[in-house]
Amino acid sequence: MQQILNFLIKNSYKLLFLLLLGISLTLTIKSHSYHRSQYINSSNAVSGYTYNQINSVKEYFGLRQKNEDLARENARLKEILFNKKDTILEGKIVVPDILSDFKVHQAKVTKNSYSKQENFLTLDRGSLAGLKTDMAVISDKGVVGIIEKTTKNFATVISILHTKNPLNGKIKNSNHFGSLTWDGKNAGYVQLIDVPKLATLKKGDTIVTGAQSYIFPENIPVGKIDRIFIEKATNKYVINVRLFNDMTSLGYVYIIENKKKKEKEILEAATEKDPTK
Amino acid sequence: MNSNFILNLIRFIVLLTIQIVVLEQVKFGGWINPYIYVLFIILYPINSNRSGFLFASFSLGLIMDMFCDSGGVHATASLLLAYLRPGFLKFAFGLSYEYQTIRIAEKLSVDRFTFIMSAILFHHLILFSLEFYRISLFFEIITRTILSTIFSFIICIIIIYLIKPNKR
Repeated sequence: MQQILNFLIKNSYKLLFLLLLGISLTLTIKSHSYHRSQYINSSNAVSGYTYNQINSVKEYFGLRQKNEDLARENARLKEILFNKKDTILEGKIVVPDILSDFKVHQAKVTKNSYSKQENFLTLDRGSLAGLKTDMAVISDKGVVGIIEKTTKNFATVISILHTKNPLNGKIKNSNHFGSLTWDGKNAGYVQLIDVPKLATLKKGDTIVTGAQSYIFPENIPVGKIDRIFIEKATNKYVINVRLFNDMTSLGYVYIIENKKKKEKEILEAATEKDPTK
Repeated sequence: MNSNFILNLIRFIVLLTIQIVVLEQVKFGGWINPYIYVLFIILYPINSNRSGFLFASFSLGLIMDMFCDSGGVHATASLLLAYLRPGFLKFAFGLSYEYQTIRIAEKLSVDRFTFIMSAILFHHLILFSLEFYRISLFFEIITRTILSTIFSFIICIIIIYLIKPNKR
């Protein structure tokens, strides 16, 4: 016993080092092995507050740009509104039932990152404002990410620029699906993989979110096709997609809540478990 | 001893604040990010409690991780640098460093440049390797390490000049 104690005291420095090294390596490896296992993140009160303060200063520098964006979006919404009127006159309106399924919240990005392999954003709203894990985050131009964790007043978002964040994407006006991933190299591009070779596509086609996702509504714009490759091993398309969004400069974002997500999940889970199948 | 502790505490807080409030917001060329909080580990007094030093470096990294959502990469890199700092001191100043009271901030000589440069390079290499975590991105890791090291080094030297204690 005495000897063990002596050993511990003698080597306390080394043991402390090994203990701390173990903790930090565990945190690192955990954060890489599965994207939903970040124990230490910036949605806590201290860093959330700090980023809010930093952002309130930074906001002043981008006011002109924000105004322009808002004006542009207003113009777009007005355009839709005016066009709607015409269709009402023609008596041929189809109100998409999509409108009743989704609820939209808004929030502000207070911390943005895009230069790492696994990027996260922090928002200034949390569960008090109705945000929950697995809600879709979009901006006026396109997809941004998915909510990962929320606290009372803050939320973290897994950016679309995350190497382990596969979303469902498809080519607009067709039903050829693929997975949207990121190769971790350029913040302006993501990759659409696993698209069957039967799909007809060309440079400049628009990529939108697919209907397979529980999280995103269908047809949210993602980006434009920039380059097309064929992967030798699987003989499927790999498409480089230029994002509509400038991920390096995000301000206000919209959070989409899918009210029927749970229902869809339960149904699909039940179908897969069905023994008669 | 006591004033030393307070000095280090102030350094800890100030460097972290600069890092998070200023440098994390400004990225040179979009993705080159200097990490000047390493300066805390470099400037920590040589003849002080080693366990305290390890623990301080570890918490420094952990706080960075909290703000950067990066798992534990900063903590690992800081801890390793703190643990291996005697080696870097030996490498830069020769074997006799333990018997002298070297104050790294005092005068900038070639020895000190070597020490600061090698420490930053080591820290950044560990940091980016763990952050990328894929051997296939070897060249990306090396490029980022070198570019960020240069920027961190320049900013660290500027800071050392600014906070250099006045000659009494």
